[in-house]
Amino acid sequence: MKFAVIVFPGSNCDIDMYHAIKDELGEEVEYVWHDETDLSRFDGILLPGGFSYGDYLRSGAIAQFAHVMKEVIKAAEEGKPILGVCNGFQILLESGLLPGAMRRNQKLKFICRPVKLRVENNQTMFTKEYEQGELITIPIAHGEGNYYCDEETLQKLKENGQIVFTYESNPNGSLLDIAGIVNERGNVLGMMPHPERAVNELLGSADGLKLFKSIVRNWREAHVTNA
Amino acid sequence: MYKVKVYVTLRESVLDPQGSAVKNSLHSLGFKEVQDVRIGKYMELLIEKSDRHIDDVVKEMCDKLLANPVIEDYRYELEEVVAQ
Repeated sequence: MKFAVIVFPGSNCDIDMYHAIKDELGEEVEYVWHDETDLSRFDGILLPGGFSYGDYLRSGAIAQFAHVMKEVIKAAEEGKPILGVCNGFQILLESGLLPGAMRRNQKLKFICRPVKLRVENNQTMFTKEYEQGELITIPIAHGEGNYYCDEETLQKLKENGQIVFTYESNPNGSLLDIAGIVNERGNVLGMMPHPERAVNELLGSADGLKLFKSIVRNWREAHVTNA
Repeated sequence: MYKVKVYVTLRESVLDPQGSAVKNSLHSLGFKEVQDVRIGKYMELLIEKSDRHIDDVVKEMCDKLLANPVIEDYRYELEEVVAQ
């Protein structure tokens, strides 16, 4: 399986993401610059964290119009797995691939520490390797991760099982303790915590690796005969 | 040429943590009469006249980029100016 790590000016978790895929997961991966106009050679797209375009105007607001985003939207429509982490999640929200928006953290602080997450839905292509309700440790590092959407959207997210990860102890004021959501089709996941920073016990946790393994397992089941 | 002043604020229904912090700070300075503080963004744009109506142009820019309709409202003021 071949992954793309999209690099915007100001991305700063792209190298961690690349390392996680290449060295820990053992799959093919390439950096892709934000002005790329063809992503057809990739099976999965990863939007890393950072501060794309300096977070000017709003986090992810300018990145949503980078050339590569047209291709990301196309890949999403084709059903390919798209994962946005932290700033990547904010870009997915701004571009409309996921519903809602991010507000400043309730206590206005940038928070950087490992947190406990609960796997709320292990039936997605990103979470099949987890147990339903499993508690995992993944680090967060953000100043704007306070998820918001209107009541109607929130109801839909609940009913469709689109809330994939929640915080055990809400660090930022997020509605319903939301840490990560998928789109209705289930192939676009946005999450504030950084699974790519939790792929080896040496880093304090290897709980993030199962997320990437789930993506690969799902892809193999669909694309490889005798898998 | 138009000078356009765009004001973007968090929607009334959305809690503004920056505004609350500033309100508390004003209270501690003795300005007990402050009921509420909302923090927003102010942008100035210089826009050339075109075939399209200026209101349509500004609204489209606000809806697409300058404001996020999920959490923000916007309003703007138009002023005709002579190009320098």
